[in-house]
Amino acid sequence: MNGSSPLLEVQEVSLTFKNVAALSRVSCSVQKGSITSLIGPNGAGKTSMLNCISGRYTPTKGKINMSGRELSGVAAHKRTGFGLARTFQNIALFRGLSVLDNLMVGRHSRLDYGLLAAIFYLGKARAEEDRHRHRVEEIIDFLNLSPYRHQIAGHLPYGVQKKVELGRALAAEPELLLLDEPMAGMNLEETEDMARSILDINEEWGVTVFLVEHDMGVVMDLSDHVVVLDFGRVLASGTPEAIQNNPKVISAYLGDDDALYKGR
Amino acid sequence: MSMQKCGLFYTTYGREDGLFPSRFQKICLALFFAVLLICPQFMNSYVMSIMNLILIAIIGAVSLNLLTGVCGQMSLGHGAFLGVGAYGAAVFSNMGAPFFLALLGGGAVSAMIGMIFGIPSLRLKGIYLAISTLAAQLILEYVFLHAGGLTGGANGLPVDAPEIMGYSFDTDSKIFYLILFVTVLCVLVVTNVIRSRPGRAFVAIRDYHQSAENVGVNLFAFKLQAFGLSSFLAGVAGGLWAHYTMYITPEQFSMGLSISYLAMIIIGGMGSVLGSIFGAIFITLLPEMLNLLTSSLSGVAPDLSAIIVPMKEGVFGLMLVLFLIFEPEGLVRKWRLTKAYWKLYPFAY
Repeated sequence: MNGSSPLLEVQEVSLTFKNVAALSRVSCSVQKGSITSLIGPNGAGKTSMLNCISGRYTPTKGKINMSGRELSGVAAHKRTGFGLARTFQNIALFRGLSVLDNLMVGRHSRLDYGLLAAIFYLGKARAEEDRHRHRVEEIIDFLNLSPYRHQIAGHLPYGVQKKVELGRALAAEPELLLLDEPMAGMNLEETEDMARSILDINEEWGVTVFLVEHDMGVVMDLSDHVVVLDFGRVLASGTPEAIQNNPKVISAYLGDDDALYKGR
Repeated sequence: MSMQKCGLFYTTYGREDGLFPSRFQKICLALFFAVLLICPQFMNSYVMSIMNLILIAIIGAVSLNLLTGVCGQMSLGHGAFLGVGAYGAAVFSNMGAPFFLALLGGGAVSAMIGMIFGIPSLRLKGIYLAISTLAAQLILEYVFLHAGGLTGGANGLPVDAPEIMGYSFDTDSKIFYLILFVTVLCVLVVTNVIRSRPGRAFVAIRDYHQSAENVGVNLFAFKLQAFGLSSFLAGVAGGLWAHYTMYITPEQFSMGLSISYLAMIIIGGMGSVLGSIFGAIFITLLPEMLNLLTSSLSGVAPDLSAIIVPMKEGVFGLMLVLFLIFEPEGLVRKWRLTKAYWKLYPFAY
């Protein structure tokens, strides 16, 4: 964690569906260069928060700023231009495309040519394809995806698909990467592999990571900062050590009347 | 004895992205086109007319496959978009525009109409969009029939055979070269689009539109582009059709035509250019095959033609159902399996 300039600032964000409050007055910030985690019991509003940041939902109230620029009101497809990329909880790959093409779609907003140039596929289109292919190959090497390069994404094993999705988000060269449960459904080996990738992305590539995850071991090991949501409200935030010992967090996860833990 | 490399090795990404990476493919393709080019010298005009119909059907099928197979936007109005291009090209041609300009004009009109009817795709998906394109089909058919001043109404609209620099393409064999040229261009356009940025965005929209949005694909813009390009090419096919048949009437562009184009891409293979070509050939040849069957059996069973000919539609439907059950990925998958088999022949591994 270096410096103290927040890359992402969520200010008093509320989100209501009809009369159900998914988020109420949530404030938190993600420091530049950090790995910040968002945790909370099922239904706490973690994914809703990510959806607000990535633009699928529009917050009912409140502001979201990214490097000082207001995000609310910006269409979801334009947010890659703000340096934002995300992965999904359930795999949201383009199943019919090869791994390579999935990553090339990830660079969609960075490729600079349109339909007309594509029709002729000469000069500019060809040069752009070639240039960005080199960048995509770097990411393929980085994530050890080269054996799968030309395979159709929908046919790959679950763990590999999760990695391809991470690669697709990385391909956009984001400043802030939103990861929605990247370890969900993975075995121990795949989890460790993914954790290593996330650390590398953060340290070597300098990408700030905002992580939603249920695997507490991973969260406590990786994070610089942890935010806890419960029933759409921020319950606590702080360093992993502080969160682990926070009685409010323990009761939210384990229930109030759990004498065994209270007596610990 | 010289050593030969086994398999294909690329030293640049550009080489790997080529359409026909191996020399064998290039030679095969060149031979294929050489045969096509000398065809008209040996074939009678009946065979040439079938070839022309196949080529026009290929443009229609490839363009529908771009919209429905690649971008996932179901369209039941493709026949009508073809019709818009046919009438557009015919009107431009009758006003004295040169052939290629009339063709482009017809395509442009069709693209515009297609994009207008593509606007609902922002909100509607799958079967709901299909119904809204069905509305396009019915509305456009109504317009063809009732805009008498422009389309000639139920009487139809005569068109002159195409003429370029004083040379008139007035026979099946002559116009074949013209149609072949335009078809190759159109197939090349679709192939190029599919393998580059917009094509990948189309597939992204088809496979997972929410994450397409998050990687920066403007859903509405690209859906409209898919509708626009697809109906432009359909319009070009329609323009060729008008100049080839030299007489167009509203019932040529009915619901049935839209359905048969859908059948082509289902039987050929969704999302595949080669599949659309196979499908177009298959569906165009189907009635001819039935005719051949009945005439060759007429000695044995002279009453057969009386039974089979009215059953044409039934056979068409039966074929579609059989394909959906036994080969839902279409003829192109059979082609790939065959290719894979011969690649390893005579070894089984």
